[in-house]
Amino acid sequence: MPGKLKAKIVAGRHLPVMDRASDLTDAFVEVKFGNTTFKTDVFPKSLNPQWNSEWFKFEVDDEDLQDEPLQITVLDHDTYSANDAIGKVYIDIDPLLSCEAATVISGWLPIYDTIHGIRGEINVLVKVDLFNDLNRFRQSSCGVKFFCTTSIPRCYRVALVHGFVEELVVNEDPEYQWIDRIRTPRASNEARQRLISLMSGELQRKIGLKVLEMGGNAVVGYLQCFDLEGESGLVVRAIGTACTLDKLSPGTAPNTTTHTNTHTLPNTAPTSNACNSPSKDSKEPVFSEDPPHSLSGPPTPLRTLPSSSPPPFSPSKPCSRQSSSSDTDLSLTPRIGMGSGGSVGKEAGPLKTLLRQHTQSALEQREFPIFTLTCFPPGFLVHVGGVVSTRSVKLLDRIHNPDEPETRDAWWEEIRQEIKSHAKALGCHAVVGYSESTSICEEVCILSASGTAAMLNPRFMREGCLDTGGSDHRLSRQPHPGMVGSERGEGEVSSTWLGFEDASPPSCGFVHIPYDEFNMPFPAQLTYCYHCRRQKVPDVLFTTIDLPAEAEVTGKGCLIQARLCRTKKKAQGEVNATSISNLLPFMEYELHTQLMNKLKLRSMNALFGLRIQISVGENMLLGLASATGVYLSALPAPGGIQIAGKTPSDLSYDQHISTMQKRIDDTIAKNKELYNIHPPKLFTLDPEAFTGLNTECIEEVVGSPIPDRQRSSRLFRSTSESSDELSELDLSHGKKDAFVLEIDDTDAVEDIQSLLTDAPIPAGFYSCNTEVMPGIHNWTSGLQMFTSVRVYRLSNANLTNQGLNKIFTDLCENLLKSLYFKLRSMIPCCLCHLNFTVAVPEEELIQVAVTAVAMSFDKETQQAADKALTRGSGENEEQLQFSMELCGESTISNNQPTAKPSGVPESAMVHSSRAPSVDYGSFADRCSTWLELLRLKAHTIRRGSVKTISSSERCSPLPEGRSRSLRSTRSLPCGAPVTVVKMTPLSFLPGTRIVKYLGIINMFFIRETTSLREEGGVSGFLHSFIAEVFAMVRAHVAALGGNALVSYSMKECVFMENPNKNQAQCLINVSGDAVIFIRESDQEAIPPLLTSRQTSSTGADGTT
Amino acid sequence: MSVELDVFVVNTTIMDEEVYQLWLDGYTGLGHNINQLTHIDILDTVIHQSYESCYLSAPSSVNDAVKVRMEGGVLEGCEASAEVLHSDTMDQYRTFQMCERLLHSPVKLANQLLFQIPPHRQVMLIERYYAFDSVFVREVLGKKLSKGTKKDLDDVSAKTGVTLKSCRRQFDNFKRVFKVVEELKGPLVENIRQHFLLSDKLARDYAAIVFFANNRFETGKKKLHYLTFQDFAFCAGQLISNWTVGALDNMVEDMDVDLEKEFLQDLKELKILITDRDLLDQHKSLVCTALRGKTKAFNEMEANFKNLSRGLVNIAAKLTNTKEVRDFFIDLVEKFIEPCRSDKWTAGDMRLYLTHYTNSAHVLDTFKHQVVWDRYMGVIKSCILKMYHD
Repeated sequence: MPGKLKAKIVAGRHLPVMDRASDLTDAFVEVKFGNTTFKTDVFPKSLNPQWNSEWFKFEVDDEDLQDEPLQITVLDHDTYSANDAIGKVYIDIDPLLSCEAATVISGWLPIYDTIHGIRGEINVLVKVDLFNDLNRFRQSSCGVKFFCTTSIPRCYRVALVHGFVEELVVNEDPEYQWIDRIRTPRASNEARQRLISLMSGELQRKIGLKVLEMGGNAVVGYLQCFDLEGESGLVVRAIGTACTLDKLSPGTAPNTTTHTNTHTLPNTAPTSNACNSPSKDSKEPVFSEDPPHSLSGPPTPLRTLPSSSPPPFSPSKPCSRQSSSSDTDLSLTPRIGMGSGGSVGKEAGPLKTLLRQHTQSALEQREFPIFTLTCFPPGFLVHVGGVVSTRSVKLLDRIHNPDEPETRDAWWEEIRQEIKSHAKALGCHAVVGYSESTSICEEVCILSASGTAAMLNPRFMREGCLDTGGSDHRLSRQPHPGMVGSERGEGEVSSTWLGFEDASPPSCGFVHIPYDEFNMPFPAQLTYCYHCRRQKVPDVLFTTIDLPAEAEVTGKGCLIQARLCRTKKKAQGEVNATSISNLLPFMEYELHTQLMNKLKLRSMNALFGLRIQISVGENMLLGLASATGVYLSALPAPGGIQIAGKTPSDLSYDQHISTMQKRIDDTIAKNKELYNIHPPKLFTLDPEAFTGLNTECIEEVVGSPIPDRQRSSRLFRSTSESSDELSELDLSHGKKDAFVLEIDDTDAVEDIQSLLTDAPIPAGFYSCNTEVMPGIHNWTSGLQMFTSVRVYRLSNANLTNQGLNKIFTDLCENLLKSLYFKLRSMIPCCLCHLNFTVAVPEEELIQVAVTAVAMSFDKETQQAADKALTRGSGENEEQLQFSMELCGESTISNNQPTAKPSGVPESAMVHSSRAPSVDYGSFADRCSTWLELLRLKAHTIRRGSVKTISSSERCSPLPEGRSRSLRSTRSLPCGAPVTVVKMTPLSFLPGTRIVKYLGIINMFFIRETTSLREEGGVSGFLHSFIAEVFAMVRAHVAALGGNALVSYSMKECVFMENPNKNQAQCLINVSGDAVIFIRESDQEAIPPLLTSRQTSSTGADGTT
Repeated sequence: MSVELDVFVVNTTIMDEEVYQLWLDGYTGLGHNINQLTHIDILDTVIHQSYESCYLSAPSSVNDAVKVRMEGGVLEGCEASAEVLHSDTMDQYRTFQMCERLLHSPVKLANQLLFQIPPHRQVMLIERYYAFDSVFVREVLGKKLSKGTKKDLDDVSAKTGVTLKSCRRQFDNFKRVFKVVEELKGPLVENIRQHFLLSDKLARDYAAIVFFANNRFETGKKKLHYLTFQDFAFCAGQLISNWTVGALDNMVEDMDVDLEKEFLQDLKELKILITDRDLLDQHKSLVCTALRGKTKAFNEMEANFKNLSRGLVNIAAKLTNTKEVRDFFIDLVEKFIEPCRSDKWTAGDMRLYLTHYTNSAHVLDTFKHQVVWDRYMGVIKSCILKMYHD
């Protein structure tokens, strides 16, 4: 019952001309929620109607509030015939249902029509009065917060991580209902948009219920997907991680300077179950509980700590990098890379065993110990095993009963079980960085899931709190007010403290193998950790998560992609599914090999953010694996790549091989320079770790610069297989197979080709698909989010696998090249969160979509963090200076208005000289709102009197002079200025602090055209559609009072065309978190300004 | 393999000024690529310089890459670069095309939601969109902004070397501005600036264009060919600020596109200066006394005084007739400037003569129309001075 939704229609602007005779429109608005509809009066003959309606009130169940969108339809009144619809706006009420999110939706929203696109804008006000309902049997879950962000949102503190939540809703796709044959495309599209909006709402509500059941109050890492199964129906599914989040009061918010990127959680008083409070920021010694060690003698340096606190870990352990399998309901697929499961460390030290048991008890009670998070609070992640993934090929059939989507549920459950068992095989209890996806072609569907097997700290789980370790900590961390601010060095304290908690040095703990070395899931090389030299680490680590903040990285990272194309015969039904599932393991293997080789080529040893996508088409399968390669200091240096000919017979052949080898070596050396990978030599020389090291090797290493070191290690391998430096430590077998490429093998030729054809990234650019680039700290505020879509037609129908591979590789490379060219003005910059999506929309068509953000940084990349801070404030000064200049000039021109009223060109010149070429990002930051500036210029000149512009006036969204100074007879539409809304796929904006999360944005749009040529062909059509989607997202964020959308993603971009009929259709689904951010440098200075702005301008002006 | 679809959309709209200029200059999407290649060197150096200034230590490799690709020429490097260039240019062209609708009413550009464009970019977009070629505007200045004129644009294009597309844009801009301000009251320049958010300079130029189009001044005659658009724009400015209704009182709710009727009527009264013999002689002697010894061209001045004076006063008297208004400039040239030029007056002579000619009239006892005379001669003097060159 309890909820009152109120909506007010204020005005419209830029409406399309609906009456050709008068070139005007008689517009009115229908406001609909559920089955109730209200109408405004007709505002005759205007393209900028002012309805100023009463408040329309809907009294509804909160269940409906969650499910239903508010539907606003703008129509043109017609006396004689039916009223024509101009377009619609769907407003998701959900952000208003949580007291911590937005309180009002207010602003200009684009009016959207699925055939014509955006047709003007409408200004609305929406509010909700919610009465609390404590009914235990309620069906609603109002108040549960949702975040797309896959880390703990800034300005929140995690008290508890409850675990995996999932839900799935199915329905018939309106596009495939019988009625679709008789209704217009518009009606069909709108039915679909509405249905999906409803289903999303329902899904979110149901997930919310599960969260409440678990005792949580939020879902983090919420990932919602659509499966358009065609005839079989429409599936909307979502996964996420249920958490209990505590809001941080703004004053005590931990200032996570953006470059460190992650969650320094606040050290506020410990709640009963938040046993872990993480590393302390040395900058804020004021509020701190006292670390446990205050009583345990002098702080021990990091190095010596492990001796006092436990881990006498077994000296040798196995390693793994990836475990995956493909599976079908037909059970035809062989599994690859899987060892026998369940390996609790037999010889592990007592604490570790204890930890394991506790973790297990905590996690095993859960059905799925799965987490969608990719970034974690410090101390959460203990060890990482490797990537686990599962694929399953299914045949779709009609969903007979939408209310019981058991089949789909069962499919996913099966997959998650498998993931869980893979993780177990790697000695891990949990899976993190988990995601699910599907690829559908006709009736065949590939379900995929992947994540990273990991050991987690149980203290974040409710059950885990009961373990001894946890309670110890809790006891020992009682605040001792008297000791706050004691003379102890804070840095030392935090490190010892952390060290104690994690039972391993914090920066390398996560790379230590979690599994049993003698019962390895598959062969791999192990060495002692290069950081602590106490525990075993694998030679290579693959993960799906972001780089943990504590990880020590040498040099910079880079995007690494493996691309693969495989033809398959056209087939139907089971035959088709069988052939696909037969291909899958080979594809996975090849992708894996490619990734490995490319990683070696860049002289790196770990992959983060790995995402392997396999898309199915009628006659081919596409595989694309993207990840960010880095050199983890704790892992051994990778060896080179050696090419071996099988039959070293004739001279030219040998020569060929040696030239190839040389090219590869050159590339490796070049890459080392490029990514600045100069691993500290100390570790390699450490006698403890390398007691039996070959003397020759030591000489080489000592005496030579890095490239030589590289050469020497390679030399070893080629001269004597047995005396290589790694052999001393390597207790496993078959160590070389990852490095040696046999050239007789056609696959190897292909591999080498693809290795060497990867175009070098232009200088000044870096790229990664994780949140941030390791090794780059001093981001400027310049940022540019972009989406690029390309569709290629394969002209030749009879292509070989190799040919296809080449085409596919070129295609991705060209796309990247093109991006670099287009973004050249942002140099030096890094393309972050590069997310590629491939699809085979039709036979012989390949579609690649990329979304990423380009962020520029300061050239002096190696500067320390404090340097970055000063830079931030410096920029602020620049900003101030800029606006002052502007004011000054307009004042001058005002002083002599008649003599030389040329203020405009002058100031315009200042702009252009200031920001030459196409540099926007930085510029955009300098001006608060654009229109304001423009207007100010026009405005001040227009007026005869001298007028100094005070800063307060500059901030006011509506300079009052405007309307008066307009003597014209025409009324110009001029509302509040357009808010600048930043969008980024990352969870943060550099140089800023997110002060409020306003709610999730999850929008689904369909656009269709029957005049494709007139709209500029397919490119023109899609270009304007994507631009419109961006515009609508920005408008909705602004209406919620926000100034940015973080964790943005375009989940779906389905494009279909029929050029012969001059038609095309496209579906896009986007999501993200609407937030308010403030500049870091502003936060002390003018927080009151922000609040006043927000309230005074009804959310229209909240920018920096 | 062919690219079927290729789009790149950004949150903050990127617009390359060079490509924008190419688009404005009418290089079409299909054929522009070659054109862009010829422009690339300019583009390259421009960008390069700006980079150098921003990041001294980082020579832009992208530009180097472009350069290398350009120098690579016909080989495989060229192909790749042309592809990237093509893709980039197409994206930008599409963006411009989508923006064009908004540029037609620049106020909309500021509060539209479709493109997030920083304000200085908006200023640039508008300013460049409304910029025009002086050769082109010289051709259509004073012509009726009608469909008929538009049809003749291909001739203008051929004559001026400005692409037809660009001609059409410029013509449509003139027409659009004309249509909007035609119905508005208040100062012309101000109206243009408000509705099109143009810079002061450009707004003044547009005011001149509108003023000329409205009054249909003849500018195409051969004798007027030596005059530039800026000459005319200056004269238009003078006429607007002195001879229109709005000129006297800014608060008058009327347009200043038209010359003030009353004033034109009053101008007829000036005829007395040439019809009354005494007055004419008196005027002449006053002027000659003042000029004697001050200029080499004195003799010619003295000899021509009556002719010149008749010329100027006749122009004034005829202005009530709208047909004659159109010939205002040609008359000035024929009746005054040409005789002076053939007598080899310098610009200084001209200034001297006109100053004394104007001032001497005040001393004439029987001449009662001092105010009208000043209002008339003020404009005439500055126009002639502006127009008196080769």
